[in-house]
Amino acid sequence: MADAAPQDAATTPTAAPPKPIVEFWLYFRENHGAVAGLAVFVVICFLALFAEYIAPHSPTHQYRQFFLVPPFWEDGGTTTYLLGTDAVGRDILSRLIYGARYSLIIGIIVVTISLTLGIALGLFAAFSRGVVDILVMRMMDIMLALPSLLLAVVIVAILGPGLFNAMLAISIVYLPHLVRLTRAAAISELSKDYVTASRVSGAGRVRLMVITVLPNCMAPLIVQATLSFSSAILDAAALGFLGMGAQPPTPEWGTMLAEAREFVLRAWWVVTFPGLAILITVLALNLLGDGLRDALDPKLKRM
Amino acid sequence: MSKFVKSSLIGAGVALGLALSPVALAAKTLVFCSEGSPEGFNPSLYTAGTTFDASSRQVYNRLVEFERGTTVIGPALAESWDVSEDGLEYTFHLRKGVKFHTTDNFTPTRDMNADDVVWSFMRQFDENHPYHKVSGGSYEYFNGMSMPDLLKDVEKVDDYTVKFLLNRPEAPMIANLGMDFASIMSAEYAAKMQEAGTPEKVDLEPVGTGPFQVVAYQKDAVIRFKAHPDYWGGKAPLDNLVFAITPDPSVRYQKLKAGECHVMPYPNPADIEAMRSDPDVNLLEQEGLNVGYLAYNSQMAPFDNAKVRKALNMAINKDAIIEAVFQGAGKVAKNPIPPTIWSYNDATQDDPYDPEAAKAMLAEAGVSDLKTNIWAMPVQRPYNPNARRMAELIQADWAAVGVTADIVSYEWGEYLERSKATDRDGAVLLGWTGDNGDPDNFLAVLLGCDGVGGSNRAQWCHQPFEDLIQKAKVVSDRDERTKLYQEAQLVFKEQAPWATIAHSVVYKPVRPEVVDFRIDPFGGHVFYGVDLKE
Amino acid sequence: MFRFIITRLGLVIPTFVGITLLTFAMIRLVPGDPIELLAGERGVSPERHAELRAAYGLDKPMLEQYWIYAKGILSGDLGKSIVTRQPVIDEFFTLFPATVELSFCAMLFAVMVGLPVGVLAAVKRGSVFDHTVMGTALTGYSMPIFWWGLLLIILFSGILGWTPVSGRISLLYYFEPVTGFMLVDSLLSGQDGAFSSAVSHLVLPTIVLGTIPLAVIARQTRSAMLEVLGEDYVRTARAKGLSPLRVIGIHALRNALIPVITVIGLQVGVLFAGAVLTETIFSWPGIGKWLIDSISRRDYPSVQGGILLIATTVILVNLLVDLVYGLVNPRIRHRR
Repeated sequence: MADAAPQDAATTPTAAPPKPIVEFWLYFRENHGAVAGLAVFVVICFLALFAEYIAPHSPTHQYRQFFLVPPFWEDGGTTTYLLGTDAVGRDILSRLIYGARYSLIIGIIVVTISLTLGIALGLFAAFSRGVVDILVMRMMDIMLALPSLLLAVVIVAILGPGLFNAMLAISIVYLPHLVRLTRAAAISELSKDYVTASRVSGAGRVRLMVITVLPNCMAPLIVQATLSFSSAILDAAALGFLGMGAQPPTPEWGTMLAEAREFVLRAWWVVTFPGLAILITVLALNLLGDGLRDALDPKLKRM
Repeated sequence: MSKFVKSSLIGAGVALGLALSPVALAAKTLVFCSEGSPEGFNPSLYTAGTTFDASSRQVYNRLVEFERGTTVIGPALAESWDVSEDGLEYTFHLRKGVKFHTTDNFTPTRDMNADDVVWSFMRQFDENHPYHKVSGGSYEYFNGMSMPDLLKDVEKVDDYTVKFLLNRPEAPMIANLGMDFASIMSAEYAAKMQEAGTPEKVDLEPVGTGPFQVVAYQKDAVIRFKAHPDYWGGKAPLDNLVFAITPDPSVRYQKLKAGECHVMPYPNPADIEAMRSDPDVNLLEQEGLNVGYLAYNSQMAPFDNAKVRKALNMAINKDAIIEAVFQGAGKVAKNPIPPTIWSYNDATQDDPYDPEAAKAMLAEAGVSDLKTNIWAMPVQRPYNPNARRMAELIQADWAAVGVTADIVSYEWGEYLERSKATDRDGAVLLGWTGDNGDPDNFLAVLLGCDGVGGSNRAQWCHQPFEDLIQKAKVVSDRDERTKLYQEAQLVFKEQAPWATIAHSVVYKPVRPEVVDFRIDPFGGHVFYGVDLKE
Repeated sequence: MFRFIITRLGLVIPTFVGITLLTFAMIRLVPGDPIELLAGERGVSPERHAELRAAYGLDKPMLEQYWIYAKGILSGDLGKSIVTRQPVIDEFFTLFPATVELSFCAMLFAVMVGLPVGVLAAVKRGSVFDHTVMGTALTGYSMPIFWWGLLLIILFSGILGWTPVSGRISLLYYFEPVTGFMLVDSLLSGQDGAFSSAVSHLVLPTIVLGTIPLAVIARQTRSAMLEVLGEDYVRTARAKGLSPLRVIGIHALRNALIPVITVIGLQVGVLFAGAVLTETIFSWPGIGKWLIDSISRRDYPSVQGGILLIATTVILVNLLVDLVYGLVNPRIRHRR
């Protein structure tokens, strides 16, 4: 478990160490993939934010005369509907653009919920030790033994299908990794001198947890959070595909795929584009995540 | 790797070139891409059509059966029957020389006789019957058709005569006995299995008198049948019948095109157009034995006023629903029973689509700013392929006449339960598929006074209507019953407890080499009589 | 070593008990009543409903229901499915081999391709090959596999007609299952072409299910290799003039394998999750699809029994991985 050397020796700071953010950027920009990922991600965010102005059509309006129009370069396609229309005459491009919103929201909410809960539980376990610690960690082991998608499906079944419940289910499924990470990091920090010093000087438990220890555990958590961001999008799409995520006519990409499935043989475009949108977004996020990890925490330079 | 794949692909190609296989040589094998695994092989224990396809419709016979492709009932294991004057005694004269299947663990020593008939019914009827509790012991259709109340006894008169004694006259009795749950099983096989200590085998490895017998079953994969060589109606033209279990409709179509199966049920509505022009597919179609409806709660103001209900009906554009929800695969419904059932009253006038008149009628009834709910089912059904979309359309139509409706939905089990409540708020989308082709099976179950708080989702108990259907239930003369039911349909239309929405159209894509496959109005798939062209 | 096994086993038991509790409670929290669902539009009368609840033991207090369930587990009885009324354990084990076969092939595919590719990428670090492999791996890792499966079906089955659409073997072959593993059974049957038919049915599902593990293993192998290649002993071995093949093959790879094994173990759980989607797309008769169906039918015994058995499998595989890990890595073995 030796520390790996930074990937590129040229970026190793010399003489006076620059400010952390500058140092971070120096590392980051060396990674061309990560920069490309960032660029794509910025474009997606832009599309999501300004969907109303960018999308050529409403995502839910049904053009009753234009069912299943192919993309413009195919026979029968028109430039009015650049990527064609779906089974009830909705413009696919517009739906994809609006769909970017849902994907980002899914990522943000899942990361927020799971990070908050995960950190809270992890710190709680690390600080209390003893029976509480064992109980929390056993619970996490149990959750890890269940296939994540299956667990998410059961949770959605309990809460009822829908986008928010799907996000909640995914957040819960992501907890074990975050709890373990936080706990491990917190325990290793707890034995350090500065914590003892702070304790001796009379810092309260909560203060100790949140202000003293937590900031020093953040690096691996941030990396895990970026990874969760992209896998949340994938998992929400999978739930949508199984009919347990966002409900139609929401233009969420996984739900679009599920609706399009019956047209696999008849209209390739309704199936292909939503999947491609998912792939591109997730890929961009993963590239970005890789870059972040390399720059933030050379120790974690592995899967 | 690539070489490996290539050789296996050639292997697959050879395997697909039909009739080249070691097992299927020169034998006629029809492959049916079925939609799911059966729950089991005893039709009296279960309620799913998938189960009936795999059991009662190929493996078993009943005393009386529906002629293939019709709702007309005719003799089967019973050659004839008499009904006593008071309608309380049914005597069946059984066919002689009917052979049961010979399987790996059973060789019949005698022909089918009265003992088998008595056994098959008493197992379901008599709680002390040694087999009553086997395999869970719940007989949903037997109970659902009120058999425990209706039957007094089933008696063997002699080896080939059986008598059914009833507590009250019931005109649809014969039609009931043609239903899947009334299949006749072998009492001898049952006795043998009980002796062996494995009574549940009767329900898992079926022995019947039907045209096909089960050879092997692998859950979620395949069911194999072979023709019963001594079938009383003559051996089936097919030698083997295979159900390839394929839950995804697009995959089924793909397999049909590839020649991997010959018949497939439940195509995607989206693929219907392509199938019509596909040279590899014969697309058969027939109106289904079902009705999709919107039931008002006739006990809640202002829906207790027939005029309000009628006005709301007139606000709904049903043609748009057929187009958008059924993608053309449906017919507008005007009666609560489908046109394929006898006594269908074609003289009924449907409520015209007329938003202006509807608005006026609501005003006349003193209703303004009406707020209500539309309940949309969470599942797909033949009578309603997309309830949510249907609800959205109705919502828009009602908004045009000043009625605000919210769409509500629950998990399916909960939906069924909650929609039964008499104080339910709002109109419910639901439907029904017929069991025995008798009008009573629709009108009494769905609209009779007994069903209030249960299957009568309109909570509608209207005495003139009730009198008509109760009378029709005890009269045995078909013409007289027809008259009563036709009148009942007129009363229904005038009172409008439902908006009758649609009857679906059933499509069955089959390959061109399939000969004489007929759509079963009950939604089943019957392969006796079907053949394959060389 | 012995103590190590005992400690690990000791940890398994409370987890196992927890899983029984969790699955039991969760499925009962799902709204909807199995009996209403079975009855459908036809409905059941309240009396009949009560009778059926009693027949399935659903009328008993929760604690008693759990007690019955727990007692059953100890005697190897997981109850009977509410839908088919067959013992859950029988249903599970008729479908389980299909899932195991698929998962095993997917894992084999992932390791066979991922390991060498990862090693090569590490050795040729910074080359075009390295960049291509890592780019492809990250794409694979980002793949929505249900969509990937549909694309492959459209291409290879629809347009090219190379592979069959779904199922485990051509219907023209028929033999009694012996092991439940189609590849083995088709060989045992001795029928011409049966084996190649089974293989051709397996190709697409294997690729789809193997994609993500493949990507993970390739990336993990590469980074583990890079780390090891930088260590002193490897440099020493090189300096001693050992052939590069020997250095990489024996010294480096052996040590690089340690974290890779962990990843392979972790991927087993991921595989089961992926199997749910893969089986749905390819109509593969395995437990993933069965469980999803059982959940939607509120088939309590099937869901709690099925999930329990899967979780047990995952736990056992992880235990096995831990043991192998302990064998390969002496540092772990001697700790504690």
